[in-house]
Amino acid sequence: MSNVRPRIRLPRSARPGDVVQVRTLISHPMETGNRRDADGNVIPRQIINRFTCEYDGKMVLDVDLGVSVAANPFMEFDVKVERAADFVFTWHDDDGSVYSETQHLELS
Amino acid sequence: MFTRRSTMALGLGAAAVTLAPLKASASIPTVEDAVADFTGGASVADEGVSVIAPEIAENGENVPVEVDAPGAVAIMLLAPGNPTPRVVDVRFGEASGAPRLATRLRLGETQEVTAYAQMADGSYKRGKAEVRVTIGGCGG
Repeated sequence: MSNVRPRIRLPRSARPGDVVQVRTLISHPMETGNRRDADGNVIPRQIINRFTCEYDGKMVLDVDLGVSVAANPFMEFDVKVERAADFVFTWHDDDGSVYSETQHLELS
Repeated sequence: MFTRRSTMALGLGAAAVTLAPLKASASIPTVEDAVADFTGGASVADEGVSVIAPEIAENGENVPVEVDAPGAVAIMLLAPGNPTPRVVDVRFGEASGAPRLATRLRLGETQEVTAYAQMADGSYKRGKAEVRVTIGGCGG
């Protein structure tokens, strides 16, 4: 699917042992499969059905999403950071696409 | 001629049929099935899970909801008044800082958004928050 763009907000700074808040959003229509077009045809379901976040190779959270999640799915959650490391985020689309994003967190 | 109700029933049936082979956890059509699937029929305590949501949502297309379940390893969030009630299932891993998730929901009508939590000791807890929806958000 085109025009799918992940956005991630990590804290500007953090110290080892901190619990930090991470916000993610991906532009996506989250088409429910319950809607019909002007001609009465069902618009097929197409959603982000799974989201994952890993930090330093360890799972933060693994989320299954249903059609009741609003368009442009937003997730805010907490991560315990021990050292400078990569965050890896993935979004799985019904069409088989996997959108992945990696961001590095430096600690002070 | 289709009434609105019969059209919705058709849509529900079609959704159940088309979703079933794709994904077991997301396809379960009823609240009871979802709860049984998540808890395995265990008893659930009405405590220890906070659901934070606006009392009134003017736009059901985008309702901010936060679940906070101290001590939980997994959370299931339900919108019981929606055609497909199971909103999200969250499993927290070892790098999680707290069993908490804030997200945004579609709510088709006024309802009690409900979160179930599986605790580290294998017990289950539940919390809910009523959201009055002025304009529904399930489209179609």
